[in-house]
Amino acid sequence: MAKKILMKGNEAIAEAAVKAGCRYFFGYPITPQNELPAYLSWRLPEVGGVFLQAESEVAASNMVYGAAGAGARVMTSSSSPGISLKAEGISYIAGAELPAVIVNMMRGGPGLGGIQPAQSDYFQATKGMAHGDFRLFVLAPSSVQEAVDLTIDAFELADKYRNPVLLLADGMIGQMMEPVSFERSIDPDDLPDKPWATDGAEGREKNIINSLSLDPAELEKHNQKLKEKYDQMEKEEVRYETYYLDDADIVIVAYGTSARISLSAMELAREEGYKVGLIRPITLFPFPKEIIAKTSEKIDDFLTVEMSTGQMVEDVELAVCANNSSVHFYGRTGGMIPTPEEILAEIKKIGGGK
Amino acid sequence: MQVVAKKPDSLTDKDFHYCPGCTHGIIHRLVAEVMDELDIREKTIGIAPVGCSVLAYEYFDCDMQEASHGRAPAVATGVKRVHPDKVVFTYQGDGDLASIGTAEIVHAANRGENITTIFVNNAIYGMTGGQMAPTTLLGQKTTTSPAGRKKDIAGSPIKISEMLAVLDGAAYIERVSVHDVKHIIKAKKAIKKAFKMQLEGKGFTMIEVLSTCPTNWGIEPVEALKWLEENMIPIYKPQVLKEAGEGE
Amino acid sequence: MKKEMIFAGFGGQGVMLMGRLVAYSGMTEEYHVSWMPSYGPEMRGGTANCTVIVSDKMIPSPLSSKPDIVVAMNLPSMLKFVDTIKPGGKIYVNKSLINQEVERDDIEVIKVPANKIANELGESRIANMVMLGNIICREEFLPLDIVKTSLKEVLPPHRQNLLEINNEALDRGCALA
Ligand SMILES: Cc1ncc(C[n+]2csc(CCOP(=O)(O)OP(=O)(O)O)c2C)c(N)n1
Ligand code: SF4
Repeated sequence: MAKKILMKGNEAIAEAAVKAGCRYFFGYPITPQNELPAYLSWRLPEVGGVFLQAESEVAASNMVYGAAGAGARVMTSSSSPGISLKAEGISYIAGAELPAVIVNMMRGGPGLGGIQPAQSDYFQATKGMAHGDFRLFVLAPSSVQEAVDLTIDAFELADKYRNPVLLLADGMIGQMMEPVSFERSIDPDDLPDKPWATDGAEGREKNIINSLSLDPAELEKHNQKLKEKYDQMEKEEVRYETYYLDDADIVIVAYGTSARISLSAMELAREEGYKVGLIRPITLFPFPKEIIAKTSEKIDDFLTVEMSTGQMVEDVELAVCANNSSVHFYGRTGGMIPTPEEILAEIKKIGGGK
Repeated sequence: MQVVAKKPDSLTDKDFHYCPGCTHGIIHRLVAEVMDELDIREKTIGIAPVGCSVLAYEYFDCDMQEASHGRAPAVATGVKRVHPDKVVFTYQGDGDLASIGTAEIVHAANRGENITTIFVNNAIYGMTGGQMAPTTLLGQKTTTSPAGRKKDIAGSPIKISEMLAVLDGAAYIERVSVHDVKHIIKAKKAIKKAFKMQLEGKGFTMIEVLSTCPTNWGIEPVEALKWLEENMIPIYKPQVLKEAGEGE
Repeated sequence: MKKEMIFAGFGGQGVMLMGRLVAYSGMTEEYHVSWMPSYGPEMRGGTANCTVIVSDKMIPSPLSSKPDIVVAMNLPSMLKFVDTIKPGGKIYVNKSLINQEVERDDIEVIKVPANKIANELGESRIANMVMLGNIICREEFLPLDIVKTSLKEVLPPHRQNLLEINNEALDRGCALA
């Protein structure tokens, strides 16, 4: 096993990108993800890669478009207000079917908002990133080690599906330090071929990277092809973790930081005799709706915990609606983080379970 | 450094949150004194940026709007088109104006938008903790240019005042500094002139003010004033870059 | 075993480093650890704190609403966190800078003259290590020599010259325990 090192989430993700064979990064400063580009600003040149601070997030995401179209493993990172600006490039990246990894260390919004951790970009990440009929593959780590592992997976998934992959975390995961080990390392010379890339038409037909399609019939066909990819993701790539579903009477659904805190709440509740279980979605798109639906066959009460006023809760409601379970919600927002005690109080309010 | 005792009326009673030795505070005061002297506090609308001076809306005692990062000139345009008889100014850092907001400032200037921009150049991103700005000097170490800014990777320091001076819409552009009393007096004169020209409807005016960031330069306040004088002044020469004459 | 600790003080007092050393040493001893800093815009003179959890089980929340131990290097930090401590918990107070009494009788108060001893060693900036030495030897869940080797790993290359005096400070703090 590789040696454990103590690292901040932001820096660990940066190192994981290097380990994934990513050699290109384009970004723009914003709190709370600044340690990520700062790390890559010395680390990428060290391994012969390129770090460039763009003039804006709009530019950064379009640099990513260019580099991905040119065949590179490429990444950008930002936090909420910056992701809004990256949305243009991301839509074009999805339209042109380019692999790229985008990191969002969420902070409170809307507008300039604040800089403390939040989960208020769930809608944006999973449904409304930008114009057009497209989906991002969305991964939500809840620890620094998982952030490392999912970063490496993100690059592989991006290549597999030729689709942008979003690593959705928050200021807490970016700022905290936990022990990590880097078990995998991918040689950038061993990456899969990209025969579609614009790397010079030497001895082959020319390649075009493009999202324009003026013929509606053609564009519809393109959208259907994209849809098939998303369907395949929903069939094959769903990831989640469950706790105590066997004996639970109340099941919490939470991701990322909220899931960490909910686990503490679950422990407190169990100490007091409440039979609480937990489902932690790891992929937010594709959303683990099947396990939630199946769980709702025997569970009447779900509690969704988020650092927002309620976004993922809508997907939980959709998943359980066939069985008429109640979906309760507890959220703190604007950079406030729920405490285990607050969540425990919600569990007691729902009652049952004891 | 000389500190004038009485607070100008155009500043609120709120204490500045700036670091010790940061010259943002001096620049705020100069703008406020000019507003007092021209008696325009009640007809001025200021636009605050995203940067360390994001809270400028709490300090200037006139109507204020807070813009998104880099877009203050666009916001100012909206305000000015609704209230052409009011005084409108933007207050922007060099990340805000010279990086993410280059399109907005260029086009506001080119349209000859009758607003005044106070452009605070401290050669670094202050608020976010010391990243490279487009104005960062060659060789200057920042958190995203840890080996010093290199021309072949990040280009040379951008000279916004020189760039904007070539635009027809720019009526008055001057670069000033606030590292000593002599320069502070000159800076105030320039700011006053810019506001006056706006009152006369002359078009776009901008004063670039060289400023310190001891925290992210990693040096003491007094040293920072010296660093500015010795390193920034040779690259960013204080001078009038554009002054539209009568009949132009 | 699970210890939830909060280290708090002025910006320049090195509370982040204290926390990192505990986390690093805990990791070396194969515990689960987490270190979570307060973060904010780049401004001088503010207060800083970090939460460190060391546990023999997986750590659910890396935050602590009821810490076992609070380390207060200055008065504002003591006032901010004293009421959050678990009944039966402890507060370490930097006696050199805090002369206000703790008004709870359900927690243990340990007073350490951290700055005084640091000044005796001729370097006021190592008050944090005096305090840490005291905590380590009193709490006894991490060996002091592991903290010393962690210090060597954590200090950046240009600070390695301070290793000796920091170790001395750890020893002086430990001797008080
Ligand atoms: C869209 C967007 N991107 C990035 C940020 C983060 N951010 C806040 S202030 C700032 C730059 C500040 O630098 P500057 O304009 O030079 O002003 P200073 O702080 O030095 O006065 C950045 C990048 C943001 N708020 N919004
Ligand atoms: S970080 Fe720099 S620009 Fe910001 S207040 Fe401090 S000294 Fe001024």
